Amino acid sequence: MSLTQKGRWITVVALVCLAAVYVRALAFTPVERLQGPAQKIFYLHVPAAIWTETAMILVGLAGIFYLFLKDPRLDRFAEASAEVGTVFATIVLTTGPIWGKPIWGTWWTWDARLTSTLLLFFLYVGYLLVRGAVRDPVLRARYAAVLGICGMCLVPFIHMSVFLFRTLHPQPIILKPSAPSLPSSMLVTWLFSLAAFTLLYVGFVTQRYALSLVRDAHGGARPGHV
Amino acid sequence: MGELLAQAWTVARKDLVLEFRTRTALVSAIVFTALVLTVFNFGRDPTAVPTIDLAPTILWVTFTFAAMLALNRAFQLELENQALEGLLVSPLSRTSLYWGKLIANLVFVAVVEAVGLPLFVLFFDVPVGHVLVPLIGVIALATLGFVAVGTLFSALVIRTRFAELLLVVILLPFLVPPLIGAVQVTARLLGGRPLSESVGYLKLLAAYDIVFVSLASFLFRFTVDE
Repeated sequence: MSLTQKGRWITVVALVCLAAVYVRALAFTPVERLQGPAQKIFYLHVPAAIWTETAMILVGLAGIFYLFLKDPRLDRFAEASAEVGTVFATIVLTTGPIWGKPIWGTWWTWDARLTSTLLLFFLYVGYLLVRGAVRDPVLRARYAAVLGICGMCLVPFIHMSVFLFRTLHPQPIILKPSAPSLPSSMLVTWLFSLAAFTLLYVGFVTQRYALSLVRDAHGGARPGHV
Repeated sequence: MGELLAQAWTVARKDLVLEFRTRTALVSAIVFTALVLTVFNFGRDPTAVPTIDLAPTILWVTFTFAAMLALNRAFQLELENQALEGLLVSPLSRTSLYWGKLIANLVFVAVVEAVGLPLFVLFFDVPVGHVLVPLIGVIALATLGFVAVGTLFSALVIRTRFAELLLVVILLPFLVPPLIGAVQVTARLLGGRPLSESVGYLKLLAAYDIVFVSLASFLFRFTVDE
């Protein structure tokens, strides 16, 4: 089985899992007392947000290893991870307002957490733009690694601003120092969703990685290059 | 360490002598700062918005734009006659080359800010006399952060297409954490709040400076080598 096919299969399994998550979330998980059905989006929003940040950290780590090992596979992985991260950031930025409108009464607010996700999205876009603007593959990989490492180091600063700036955003419910403060049935649904998103990330990255292999085999033609 | 600083100073002095003899870039940056401040005056309704509420924003947006303008030219002037190649074959360590560029950029931006701050006070009638020392401290902390990242990125984009545009796009997300800190501290200072209220943001600014100056010193070598 080729890498593309493997990626496709993982993605299909992930999408089936995600559909199952929503069957469970809608039919077998209690409705939150204050937020009502709007809270259901949490099972999509939070795992996507976690993977948006994780993907950036993986881009940075791949960058560090690339600078020492000069292995093009690491660069291909970083490129794939950045593109998938962009998609996940888009999911977070779309599901957030859909939840925000009924609960906060506004689609968008300049709250720290929203701003930081938007920044992460811009960071990804900037990273991909730099990749697109360099023709030489070795230089491109090196520049991307430098930018990826800086981006990874920016993530904690973006996070610090969350706790310094006053925020409307719900405080962390699961990933916090004390025990998760939600019923176990919701936690199980959420963990299931996180697993589905992890698979989705792996599936997307595998497909994207396979695509850059094909591209490099055909002389590295890139869109937008004359 | 002594030699590193001596080499860095040689590079910085070269840039600064060039800058102060031609003066075009410096004068343009100062005029640009004055123009941005002027434009801000017309970008608000003076009867509806008290200046003091808008003052930190005006100051920091102006300084951010001025810094980005300055950073664009840092490596641009090395492109002519392959001056960058000359620097790279000279017996300079990459770290001292970065530090030299960093020092030259810091002096350049500091001169622009030294003109910009009194103009800001004059145009918007903001009393800063009683908080001048802490205000200059915050400006110095934030500027170091801006310029440290900006110097690295201006070296990174110099060989790409659309270098000027790309620099702004990748740099701005990185400027937001120090910008948030600087604006918050400035607002508290101008509002007559004690400095102790700003400790969290000052720590954020200091941490940002330490992380990104060291990171950029290390990563710079990967951006200039062919």
